[in-house]
Amino acid sequence: MAAKTVTRAELAEAVYQEVGLSRIESAALVEAILAEMADALVTGEAVKISSFGSFSVRQKGERVGRNPKTGEEVPILPRRVLVFRPSHVLKDRINK
Amino acid sequence: MTRSDLIARIAQRRGLYQRDVERVVSAVFEEVTEALARGDRVELRGFGAFSVKQRDSRTGRNPRTGEAVAVDAKVVPFFKTGKQLRERLNTEG
Repeated sequence: MAAKTVTRAELAEAVYQEVGLSRIESAALVEAILAEMADALVTGEAVKISSFGSFSVRQKGERVGRNPKTGEEVPILPRRVLVFRPSHVLKDRINK
Repeated sequence: MTRSDLIARIAQRRGLYQRDVERVVSAVFEEVTEALARGDRVELRGFGAFSVKQRDSRTGRNPRTGEAVAVDAKVVPFFKTGKQLRERLNTEG
């Protein structure tokens, strides 16, 4: 069972098969879901999808990093990172 | 933003019934979940990628009693933020 990669196309196909909208509308809605989630996260809003997981934005402070090749110290600037916490339902389902 | 807020926003923006958008949102997260359950990777360019990571069995400890407990090997979901979203998080908002 080699691991495959699922993309927007397969998600749109699933919507098309299961919901019965046109292929174009299905693809547009997959895009709309991702865009709506991304826009909320960019404003700093957390996104909680029940029985899937939650995405939140964390502010990271500046710290000193090191170039692993040269050993040189480089400052890592303060930045915002996205954190995904899977729900218990998701964790249980992938361990079946 | 919760699942129902997401549904309401998309329904409003695209002029659709919430019950229809509900089915679409469910189908999308169901598909991602099934892919991860098969061990597949889900790559959504610009947004991020979901994958699974193997965790070996280990001996854990009950933090309350200090008692050793066996923790089985398991698979955990993992998300890596896409380049475009990572850049947006640090230039907008």
